Parts: sequence; C-alpha cells; structure tokens
Amino acid sequence: MINPEQYPILIVIVPFLSAFFLSITGCFKRSLCRPIALLALFGAAAAAVGSLHRVITTGIIHYRLGGWPPPFGIEYVIDHLNGLVLVVITLVALLAAIFSGKSVERELPGKEPLFYALFLLLVVGLLGMTITGDAFNLYVLLEISSLTAYALIAIGQDRAIHASFNYLIIGTIGASFYLLGVGHLYIMTGSLNMADLASILPQLYGSKAILTAFLLILIGVWTKMAFFPLHTWLPNSYTYAPTATSCLVAPLMTKVAVYIMIRMMFSVFTPAYVFHHLAMAPVVIWMAIAAIVGGSLLALSQRDFKKMLTYLIVAEVGYMVGGIWLANRLGITGAILHIVNDAFMTLCLFLAAGTIIHRTGGHHFDNLKGLFHQMPLTMTAFTIGALSMIGVPPTAGFFSKWYLILGSIQAGRYEFVAALLFSSLVNAVLFFRLLEISYFEKPPHQENTAHGPVSMVAEAPLTMLVPLLVSAITLIVLGIYSGELVTKIIQFAVPAGI
Amino acid sequence: MTDTVTSIIPLLAVLVSLAAVVPILLSRKRPNLREGWTFAAGLTKLGLVYAMVGPVLSGKVLTYRLVEVMPGISVAFRVDAMGLLFALVASILWLATTAYAIGYMRGLNEHSQTRFFSFFAVALSATIGVAFAANLFTLYLFYEMLSLATYPLVTHHQDQEARMSGRKYLTYILGTSIGLVLPAMIITYHLTGTLEFSPGGILAGHVSGPLLTMLILMFVLGFAKAAIMPMHGWLPAAMVAPTPVSALLHAVAVVKVGAFSIFRVMTGIFGTGFLLSQHQNQLIIILAAVTVITASLIALTQDGLKRRLAFSTIGQLSYIILGAALLSPKGMLGGLLHIAMHAFGKITLFFCAGAIFVATGKKNISEMAGIGRRMPITMIAFLIGAMSVIGLPPTGGFISKWYLVLGTLEADQPLMLAVLLGSSLLNAAYFMPVFYRAFFCPPEESGFADRFNEAPVWCVAPLVFSSLMSLGLFFYPQPFFNLARLAVQAFTG
Repeated sequence: MINPEQYPILIVIVPFLSAFFLSITGCFKRSLCRPIALLALFGAAAAAVGSLHRVITTGIIHYRLGGWPPPFGIEYVIDHLNGLVLVVITLVALLAAIFSGKSVERELPGKEPLFYALFLLLVVGLLGMTITGDAFNLYVLLEISSLTAYALIAIGQDRAIHASFNYLIIGTIGASFYLLGVGHLYIMTGSLNMADLASILPQLYGSKAILTAFLLILIGVWTKMAFFPLHTWLPNSYTYAPTATSCLVAPLMTKVAVYIMIRMMFSVFTPAYVFHHLAMAPVVIWMAIAAIVGGSLLALSQRDFKKMLTYLIVAEVGYMVGGIWLANRLGITGAILHIVNDAFMTLCLFLAAGTIIHRTGGHHFDNLKGLFHQMPLTMTAFTIGALSMIGVPPTAGFFSKWYLILGSIQAGRYEFVAALLFSSLVNAVLFFRLLEISYFEKPPHQENTAHGPVSMVAEAPLTMLVPLLVSAITLIVLGIYSGELVTKIIQFAVPAGI
Repeated sequence: MTDTVTSIIPLLAVLVSLAAVVPILLSRKRPNLREGWTFAAGLTKLGLVYAMVGPVLSGKVLTYRLVEVMPGISVAFRVDAMGLLFALVASILWLATTAYAIGYMRGLNEHSQTRFFSFFAVALSATIGVAFAANLFTLYLFYEMLSLATYPLVTHHQDQEARMSGRKYLTYILGTSIGLVLPAMIITYHLTGTLEFSPGGILAGHVSGPLLTMLILMFVLGFAKAAIMPMHGWLPAAMVAPTPVSALLHAVAVVKVGAFSIFRVMTGIFGTGFLLSQHQNQLIIILAAVTVITASLIALTQDGLKRRLAFSTIGQLSYIILGAALLSPKGMLGGLLHIAMHAFGKITLFFCAGAIFVATGKKNISEMAGIGRRMPITMIAFLIGAMSVIGLPPTGGFISKWYLVLGTLEADQPLMLAVLLGSSLLNAAYFMPVFYRAFFCPPEESGFADRFNEAPVWCVAPLVFSSLMSLGLFFYPQPFFNLARLAVQAFTG
C-alpha cells in the first residue's frame, strides 16, 4: 500500500507523469490514450479523497517537496478548503474524461494523444494551483493550466482559434497582473511562501506597495475567473471549444480562480485587512451584482444554448465573489458551497449540452426540438441541472443560494438579495424556454448531411449517459447532504475571526 | 395533551406513490398492469393515511425526521389533525380520480398515458408531503415538487395552447414561490432561527409593524396556488389540462395545497394569537372577500363549463383563506372543513364536465341544453356537487359554510356574513341554470336525442361515488369534523 503521507504529491504527480507517458504511448497506439488518462485521474481522485479524509480526521496536512523546509522550498498545504476543491477537481475531471471518448472520436479524430496529454496537464495545473502553498509556484501552475486551455480550445473548429487567441491575450494580461502583484510582495517581504507571507505582511499593512500588490493580484484573479466586466474572453472560447474541452474547462477554471481569490484574501492577507482596512467590500458587491444581472441578461439574449450556458457561468461567478465579500460566515459558507455545487451544476449542464450536440450536431435552440421524446434520460438530467441553477430544493443550487441570501440579509445587503432572486427568476425563464422547445416542438424531418441522416436522434451512448446521470444524481445528493458538507468541512474552511 | 411519537408511517405515506413511478414506467407496454400499480399505490397510501387517524384523534402527533439539511432545518414530517384531514381527502380522491382517469384517457385515446400516470403519482406524493410537512422548508420543498410535477400534466396535449397555458402556470406558480415565498421564508429564519411549525407560531415577538404586514402579504400572495386575487390568472389557463388533472389537481390537490399552506403559515408560523394581537388579519380578510365576490361574478359570464368551474374554485378557495383569516375558532373550523367538503363537491362537478366531454365532445354550457335526458346520472350528480358548493343541505358543503357563517359572527365581521351569503346566491346563479337547462329546456332547443347514453362506466362510477360522498358527509361528517375540531383546538390552545 501507498503511505497516506504521500497522497498530496500523488494527486499532482500521477496525472503529470501520465501525461508524458500517454503522449509517448499514443504515438504507437492511440486507443490506449483514454484508458491511461482515466486511470491517472482515478488515481488522483483516490488520493484527493484520501487526503480530504485525513484532513477531516487529523487536521491540516503540510507536505514539503523534496524535504526542503519552507520558506525556501515549495510547500504543499491541504486544509479543509483546498482539500474539498481538490476532490471536486479530480471528480469533475474524471467524469469529463469518461464522457469525452465518443466526442473526441467524432470531433477530433486522430488527435487523441494530443488531446488527452493536454487534458491531463490542464488538470495538473488546476490541482497544483489548488494544492500549493507557494505564491510563485501558483503562478507557474496558473500558466500551465492556461496554456493548455488555450491549446485545448484552439484545437476546435471554425471560430475556436479566434476565440482562443482572444482568451490568450486577455488571460496573459491577467496572469501578468498576478505576477506583478506577487513580485511586489516578494520585493517587500523577501518571501513567496504563503504562510511566511502571512506572518510578515501584517507589519506592512500601511504600505502603498502592499496595497498595490493586493489590488494587482485581485485584478489578475478576476480576469482569470471572468468576473464581469472582465468576462469578455469567456463566452466565445467556451462555446467554440470542442465539446470535450468545454466539459472540462467550464466547470473548473473559474471555480479554481475563485478558490485562489479566497486563498489570497484569507491565507496571505487577513480578513481584517481585506474587509476593514480597505473598505472596498461595497464596491465589490456592486460589481458582483453587475456580474449576476449582466450575465443573466446576456444569457437571455442568446439563441445558442451552449453560449447561453457560458453567460450563466459569468453570472455564477458573481454569486461566489459577492458571497465572499459579504464578509460574514454565512456568505462565505454559501460561496464555498457554491464552488462545489456550481462545479457539478455546470458539469451536468455542459455534459447534457455535449450529448445533445453529439446527437443533433449543433448547439442552436432549434436543435432541441422534440428531444424529450428522443433523448428522455439526457433531458431528465438536463432538467435536474436546470432546476439546480434555478435553485429548486432538494437540488444543490438551492442550498448555496440559501446561505448566500441569508448572509446578505445578515450583512444588510438587500441589493444582493434582490440580485440573487432576480437571477433565479431569469434562470427559470431561460431553462423553461429550452425545456418548452424540447417538450412541445416536433423534431425536424430527416436531413442528410455529411455526417449521415441527423434526425436519427436516439438516446446518448452509454459512455456519455453514465457520467451525465452521475452528475445529475450528484446534484441531488449534494443538496440533501449539504448539511453534512457544511458542518464537517466548510465551516472549518471559513477563516477564523469572521 | 398532545404527545409526540416517532413513526415512519408518514414517510411511507409520502413515498409510496413516488415509488410507484418505477413499476408504472416498467409496465408501460401493459396498460392494465400499469393502472393496477396506480391502484395498488393508491390503496396503500389510503391505508397508511387511515392508519394514522386513530392515533391522531387520540391526541398523538406522529413525527419523522429524515435528514438535517441545514443548521436547524430538516426534511421532517409531523402528522397533526390538520395535515391528516387534508391527506385523507387527497388520498381518497386520488383513488376516485385514478378510476376516472382510466375511463377518460382511454375513452379519448389520449397519448403518453404512461407519462400521465407517472407524474400524477409524483404529484400525489408532493401533496401528501405538503400535508405532513413539519416545517416551512419541507413544505416549500414539496410545494415546488408539486409545481414541477404538474407542469407536464397541465400541458399534456403538447399543443400551442397547452404551451401558452403552461407558461402562464409556471410564471405565476414558480415566479411567486421563488420571488415571494423563498425570501419570506429566509427572513423568517433570519428572525427566529427556526422554521418549525408550532401551534402558537414562531414569529411572535420577533417582528411587528410594516415588516410584519409585508411578510404576511409575501406569504399569502406567494402561495399562488391558493389563487387569491390578483394571483389567480393561472387557474383558468390551466383548464387546458385533461379533465382528470383539472379534477384532482385544480379542485383538490394543487389549489388546496395553496390554501393549506396559507392556513399552515398563519397558524404555525405567525400564530393566531399573535396575528390577532397585531390586528393583521383584516388585510387578508379583505383580499379573500374581494376574491370571493369577484370570482363568482366572473364565473357567471363563462360559457366554457370547465372555465366556469375554475372561477368557482377561485372563489371557494378564498372561503378557506377567509376562514383562516377570521381567526375565530368556528371560522377556522369552517375553513378546514371546507378543504374537505369543497373537494368532494368540486371534483364531482369536474368529473361531470369530463364525462360530458367524453360522451358528447361538448365543452360549452350553451351547447348542453337537454343533456339531462341523455345523461341523467351525470347531471343528477352535477346537481349534488353544485348544491354542495353552494352550501345547501343535505350536502357536506352546508356544514362547512354553516361554520364559516358562525365564524363571521363570532369574529364580529357582519360584512363578511353578507359576502358569504351573497356568494352563495351567486354560486346558485351560475350553477342552477346549467342543471335546469339540462333537464327542463323545451324539446326543440335540446341538442340531444332522448336516448339514454352515458359516458363509460369508469367515468360514471367515480362521479357517482364522489356525489354520494357529498351527501354522506352531511349526515356523517365525523371523521373530518373531529380532525378539524382537534386542529382548531391546537391553534387556539
């Protein structure tokens, strides 16, 4: 058996080494790529679950890479917050990888080694960012995940290259902001280790340079999470990305960026500095409201369901940022819970969208016609995802919204309550419009296209259906057990003194 | 005097129809077996509900806590007299409706019957869930489940009209539950730290003044299934549904869930004593009274039989709300009894409307002159149902109306007495012509041959059953009456 002490490094190293192994093996036998990726992700998921279990039972894990003591070496730290996020990342990536088989075969024939190697590297980047206790190491991994994401998006058809290029430019600017911020911190403190920074920084809180550093990091992370109005790169790149890519990046990239924001705000800086010293919370909450309302309205104007979903991601980012800046336990609890819930909600909806695209060949609203009859299971899963987005109990989305609303009432931010309710109502309109089309309208007549007769639409193949249904059921399970999740894990992830 | 017992029966009673969905779906190729499952589930449910009557009448309260989903908030059931009364009505009438639905759906060769029976079963689970909910969160959970499960039933025909009606239905029902009830519920939790229904209410001492008025309005209007004006627009639109749906859901389950929820919130969340001391019930009384009269007036103008019944339902639901809002023991007793009495009366009327449609294809009252000679059983049942809704002896409706009238006097609201009596006259004015023209129109105006030709027996038997129930409840109202009296005792202490 593997020593549980080594779980933290395994989470990252297993998919990392598998990526190289896979790209070499892929040269000889393409059909081996996906099984290797699945195996690697399964290993990472097991290690992540094991680590989270250790955190719950024995407390925070500190792992020194190569035995070098901090602040000189790189340190991995797993606490309740990132332990949870690691589990979410590995499980979502695993489901997305199981799903990807047929869709990669169809959309990216012959590119399996490339796709799966990048896929694993992207996951490594996300896991590394989450697990690391080092601010600069985080930047490196941020770039790894971003560069692989650019490539995974650009690999798609038509407008994917333009969308990816746009993402690359804005994403690089965002990463540079983050790097500049970390640079400032290094100049002022001489350290890059987060715990070390946290112990040095309080003496420097009066400094303008530290303020600049914080704001630069914040803007950098906001760019990466597509926080309105820095969201413009997201909708096109996620819409035109290959199906398998969007199922991985849509649920995870923004959520990990939100995690980094929390980490920077509470583990490198302190809640007291961020909320009391800076006094910018009201502004950020108004920005979050703008994100929610703006994202919802832009989603409302789409006639393409995949693009509609991408705008909803923008709105959901507003939920999480706003929840954290409410600066009370309930709000932060809601935001962290929403990281988990939204990852699975987005996964469920993108998997459903991917299945529909796979079967009907497009992502326009018209492609949905008659699908309740032809793909009942897919549409049931889609409906559950939709209900979670709207916030109907017992799906997961209801519970994070509950904490967020309760938190905003406690903080006296009724404008945020209004925004959350508005978003629920708009989501109801958005999704029931889709459900109406697929329930009431007759499917189009058979058409012969390059891919053969398209309207032979049948229920999805099993490799797509299983992860989709698992993600849908997860939403209900997460909802019912959200009480457990909060009392066992999330309440310890909320920083002390709030 | 109440003692609390943990029992799994409430959970089973809720789940049995939900579990029936699986065998219903599996036996979709064999309609007789499929409907057999629905009957089996219905009988089991009725048995389980009935098994609780004895213990509850002897003063016990049965509870079951399923899972704690948030600090202090659980999915939990608590069976008291009021919930049991409602559950008993719903599970009796589900059986009747299932029989009727077989006759109706097969008689008209409707499509997607498996879907129909599946969602019907889900809707029943949700209804019982609302009845047995121990706290506002559980109630909300099942309330939303009911909204969603009834959507495919309302829009069963899947045509353009169904689509528009379905849109209206969801806009009203989901819009208000998310936009009004949800924030009201969260504010309640914020103020009190709990959502458990308690006989004396939980809000007393936590809120007063304009915020209290706002909360009351958010709840009363937010439970739009009760169709209190101006939240009634969805109900006539939902009449596009097949008649069994209209019968059970829009005369019994859905609308009564709305009225029941308001009743529950007023007694279990606000508390009758607290509302009285704050003089906050007058507003609800006025809303309910306006709805009673306006809906009856609109019903007079409707030619579509189901639409006339729909507006009649809107008016009758506000009787229940009015009974609750009077806050006097007799008024509340009348309101609770009306949940049962109106259910049996109105479902008979809907069954009749459906039977006429199955036998003759007619939907409008103007085309029904002389139909009594062709369908005498149906039309006599119609008369009994109508008498019950009007509140005439010897039907059950008389009893509930009697207590409502006494309640207005007890609460010193003579104007409301006038409203109730005026509404009875209006009810008579919109029902009696239908019956009169059916039997006594001049032969030359009759659109039907004198030949006896009823709807299929599956349609007729349920409506005979429910009309006999309406008669029987006049002579023997005890089960419902005792439950209602026990419930009122609990509210008033």
